[in-house]
Amino acid sequence: MSGVQSRVSPSPWVTSRATLVASWLRTRAVLREWTLPPTLKFSGLGRFGEVLGAQCLAPRETLIVMSHLKQQKVKMLEVQFVGDDDVLNHILDKEEEYLKNGCVASGGNKVYSFQTRKKPEKMAELAYEIAKTSGKSVPLICKNTEKMASTPQSSKKQSTSEKDQLKSDEKNEFLSTPYRLRKRLTAVSTFPSDTESEYSDSNSEDDKGIKQEEEKISEVLMDQKRLTKHSSLSSSSCKKVSAKKMKKDTTTDLVEEYFEAHSSSKVLTSDRTLQKLKRTKLDQQTLHNLLSKFSPPFSAELKQLNEQYERLFHKWMLQLHLGFNIVLYGLGSKKELLEKFRASMLQDSVHVVINGFFPGITVKSILNSITEEILEHMGTFRSVLDQLDWIINRFKDDSSLELFLLIHNLDSQMLRGDKSQQILGQLSSLPKIYLIASIDHINAPLMWDHSKQSLYNWLWYETTTYRPYTEETSYENSLLVQQCGTLALSSLIHVFRSLTPNARGIFRLLIKYQLENEENPSYIGLSFQDFYQQCREAFLVNSDLTLRAQLTEFRDHKLLRTKKGTDGVEYLLIPIDTGTLSDFLEKEDKEA
Amino acid sequence: FERSMSFHIKKNYRKFQGLISFLIFSADYFNEGESLSEDSKLRFDTCQLLWQQMKSEAEELQEELNKNLFDKLIEFLEKSHLEFRKKSTNWNYQIKSREIPTAALVLGVNVTDHDLTFKGLTAMLRDTITPYVVSLQAKECPDVKHLLQKLASQVMGCHIDMESTEEEEEECVQLSQKKMHYSMAFLSTWYRNVTQKKGSESVNKKITSSSQWKKSPPIVIILKDIESFSTKVLQDFIIISSQYLHQLPIVLVLGIATSPIIIHRLLPHAVSFLCIELLQSLSCKEHLAKLLDKLLLTTRFPFKLNEKALQVLINIFLYHDFSVQNFIKGLQLAILEHFYSQPLSILCCDLPEVKRRIHSLSEDQCESIRRLPSFMRYVEKQTPEKQVASLTNERFLKELHIYHENFFIVLKCLHAFTSSLPKYPLGRQIRELYCACLEKNIWESQEYEPALQLLRMLAKDELMAILHKCVEVFRSSPGKQLGSTAEKLKEFLAQFQSLEESNEEENGSGSQQKGLQKTDLYHLQKSLLEMKELRSSNKKQTKFEVQRDKVVDMIDNLVRKYLFPPDTQTLYEVVYFTGAHTLREHLNAAPRIALHTALNNPYHYLKNQALKSEDDSIPNVAPDICIAYKLHLECSRLINVVDWSEAFATVVTAAEETDPNSTASEEIKEIIHARFIRAVSELELLGFIKPTKQKTDHVARLTWGGC
Repeated sequence: MSGVQSRVSPSPWVTSRATLVASWLRTRAVLREWTLPPTLKFSGLGRFGEVLGAQCLAPRETLIVMSHLKQQKVKMLEVQFVGDDDVLNHILDKEEEYLKNGCVASGGNKVYSFQTRKKPEKMAELAYEIAKTSGKSVPLICKNTEKMASTPQSSKKQSTSEKDQLKSDEKNEFLSTPYRLRKRLTAVSTFPSDTESEYSDSNSEDDKGIKQEEEKISEVLMDQKRLTKHSSLSSSSCKKVSAKKMKKDTTTDLVEEYFEAHSSSKVLTSDRTLQKLKRTKLDQQTLHNLLSKFSPPFSAELKQLNEQYERLFHKWMLQLHLGFNIVLYGLGSKKELLEKFRASMLQDSVHVVINGFFPGITVKSILNSITEEILEHMGTFRSVLDQLDWIINRFKDDSSLELFLLIHNLDSQMLRGDKSQQILGQLSSLPKIYLIASIDHINAPLMWDHSKQSLYNWLWYETTTYRPYTEETSYENSLLVQQCGTLALSSLIHVFRSLTPNARGIFRLLIKYQLENEENPSYIGLSFQDFYQQCREAFLVNSDLTLRAQLTEFRDHKLLRTKKGTDGVEYLLIPIDTGTLSDFLEKEDKEA
Repeated sequence: FERSMSFHIKKNYRKFQGLISFLIFSADYFNEGESLSEDSKLRFDTCQLLWQQMKSEAEELQEELNKNLFDKLIEFLEKSHLEFRKKSTNWNYQIKSREIPTAALVLGVNVTDHDLTFKGLTAMLRDTITPYVVSLQAKECPDVKHLLQKLASQVMGCHIDMESTEEEEEECVQLSQKKMHYSMAFLSTWYRNVTQKKGSESVNKKITSSSQWKKSPPIVIILKDIESFSTKVLQDFIIISSQYLHQLPIVLVLGIATSPIIIHRLLPHAVSFLCIELLQSLSCKEHLAKLLDKLLLTTRFPFKLNEKALQVLINIFLYHDFSVQNFIKGLQLAILEHFYSQPLSILCCDLPEVKRRIHSLSEDQCESIRRLPSFMRYVEKQTPEKQVASLTNERFLKELHIYHENFFIVLKCLHAFTSSLPKYPLGRQIRELYCACLEKNIWESQEYEPALQLLRMLAKDELMAILHKCVEVFRSSPGKQLGSTAEKLKEFLAQFQSLEESNEEENGSGSQQKGLQKTDLYHLQKSLLEMKELRSSNKKQTKFEVQRDKVVDMIDNLVRKYLFPPDTQTLYEVVYFTGAHTLREHLNAAPRIALHTALNNPYHYLKNQALKSEDDSIPNVAPDICIAYKLHLECSRLINVVDWSEAFATVVTAAEETDPNSTASEEIKEIIHARFIRAVSELELLGFIKPTKQKTDHVARLTWGGC
């Protein structure tokens, strides 16, 4: 038996992600392996199986050989696919051997235990891997950094000149060296530790036990390394790696994995922030401009893919007419595809397009548009359910009515609620309402229980388009995208103009006060009593109650937020950034 | 806000679109958008016709199965409130009347099927017993107020429906004004008014047998999904209505999906106000078996499913929802797909119709028949001169029909034999046996031999019962192909019966002999030994056993002769639907796996050599989102955005072969950053990550594994 052993395990529940491999006598390879059961196995289990199984969206069978291996010519490794049992037996054999030989097996378990693999530098490491995969010439910088990633294994070999080079290299920040590596580096080599430690726990508590363990681990690692080096000199042909930490009970493995990912509060990540990077947040417009300069690759293939879907349009129409509803899933924006469908098939029929991804959309607005614009009903309804009943009755009475509903992102924030889905489901169960919708979220199918699914009567179509979700994401408050104030400003002006002069005055007072306190970091708002006093002095209100009535108006338009302070006093705050506010004041002053 | 909903509305009503024009309209879409050819229209019509027939058959079956349950329910309803109708005032009744008569229908977990049952139930109750049938769902009744409102409006609503005179409509307007203060008291006054009025009317008009009902029809309240109601609402409602039981003859019908214990768990206190009768509906598995028997195991409908397709549908049924309705839906899809994708499905119709259609086959269609694998196989076997003449398809389809007839009879017989065997080597349900037979020659399967062995050990009464069943099967089937076998079966049965009689006689005489003898110990031992020998030698020769072997051999022969899988038949493609994967794809899709594949292995979708990679790692030219995804898999719960972005930049710059040492222009960096931002927000939209405040500039992963 020789070589690295890995394979996709036969049981559908196995994600024996395990197996850092170490056959300590003759091994010098560290290898990682994940397995995901073949997808076919899941489909038998269906929705539930899928949900459970896919929770562990692990990369399939990825082999990552750590970088020091690379230096020793990976080619010498033989990769062989064998069964789990074989591996297990092999490990047991090996372990016995070690015990007999009295080798350093004791530390081994800890070295390659689960936790050690959660290293922050993994991402960087993988980045190099991927960067290299296309076989193109690897840029110099990557080589450098790669070596740096491999410092734990080769630090002794590294000449000082190399280190200097690394040090001078601006990019060396790049590497996310984990705490323990750094620690060891300082201990073992003369690596200059001129930078402050950039790594800490998420809860920034230093766990001493862990430190100690890490030190221990690093020592063992060193031992291993020496061994490795030694044997690599003596014999290069024999490379045996065996998998360890196999789990017979694979279901518990999955469970353990989950809790491991979620229970431990210590997550090591680097402390660097975007501010240090001097990369400013982009606003939506510049982002859009920048992206327009970049043309996505594989346009030919993408086009082919889309043509394939477009050929289904007739089938969709047929199936819609026969009482099914259609849901599209798969990676990539399906907006364009649906738009094309609309343009080519629905020109002569009544249809409503709903952009579910818009944050302000509600079921009520959808129903309103049906009642008002399609059925031309001007009355109002007491509740959404009444409205639904009315629509259902209308469609039952008048058999000539037909309606196509196109919903982009049925799984959006606003529509994914139970009630909304129930109502939409009931709507779509009408024989003359044809629904075609798209979903994107990985958990979207969980919205529908059996009764809803039977209401919807879905036919699923996979349409993986790889198109960017430009419109869908433009509303999301992504943490990297700065919310440009334009939307807020326009709505502010809009609301402001509809106010009575007194109310305007009140609001203006509040804005001014807030702008005055711009610099104050501990400013939590204007207390209600103070505000009332000010308003009274300006002859804007005559009683506590009138002021409250006015404030309600602001609150309804989300222009005001009230918060109880620690002293129990109510504080008023305008939840709009100061830039927008001062812009607004300027504009208003100009007009006045 | 206008931007929010870019509604594209066309006010272009198709006012006069009846059912027929609708069908033609949808037939337009049948032939891949090409102009509507005569052929595809015919195919579509055949498809629709077939589906309508199957659907109505399924509905009939449903009604038939429900009938039993409904009859019991009606019986129960008639028993309840007898006293109320008699306006009894005796003391006993006064005490008892605090209990609401309640029928608990245990319907099983297949919630999706319940709707149809309740629909049937409501219709039936309205027709036979009372106009006042109210069905309530948990989601309509978040509190007692809503519940009462719904109840009252439905009760009065039905009444108005019944006699929609002008007077009533006025009343209706009044009612809607009052809508805000519905209460039980209000309802009971209303009920008294109505029944008094009606009572006098009905006396005048007609006196039916159940005039008692006419006078004071009960108010049946159906709570469709008792499990989802909140305890408080139910409790209050039951207590309130029990107070009004003197004025209102209320009957509750509870739909239960789990088990009757749920009533006690939901209503620990109010349960004493209920007088419960349990009614059990047919289990969904039996329903499915009956459905299969009616729709697939019959020659009435030419359409059939092949093994894999049937297996997919059955798996969805067994492992997902137990919903017969969904099974029917899958069947509908299968029919549609078959007619849509198989041009020769035009011949998938009744035999007389086939004869007509074959004569009008076009050149192309004949050609495609010639290309069918099963037909080619047939032609190869024939001698050259016969090949020319072998184009009379009609014969084949007839043969196929006969094959099916025999197949199903023998299948049912075999099932009758094997379904009672210990451990069910060939499956307990007929669907399992059917699948096995569709897949391959059943007699070559591992389980077949042991099953026969077991059959050879059957007791006589068991065997007789089975034979009776088989005779029944033959009798009920319309075909006459296996007439001789049926005769044979009857013969066997007769022989067994005669055997039984003679056996009884023998036994009788034997016991007599034994009873008379009185011997010492030695003789007794001797005679016992003799008897033992006699018995063992007899065992080999018993008439019964010989007969039994004969029966088993006959079944074996039948199986070998008739139960070969359908794909050995010529032209089987015409009637068998083979697209199991389409069914699975469209009914039981796996969006998460699709998403993962798209992210993890873009080559699967984009067939570009640059994207190909051997070891499942991702090439650096892959779409941005794939790279970001792959990188994010490396992290555990939290991800530092800065690290992520830099890792991303490394990969992307490597892909673009820009020399990173030469000061890459700031613009390119900006663009890469923008691409990263987009990828991240897309991953957020897809639900892989979410922003977190645990640490600055970090995001949290929402999936686990791979870390």
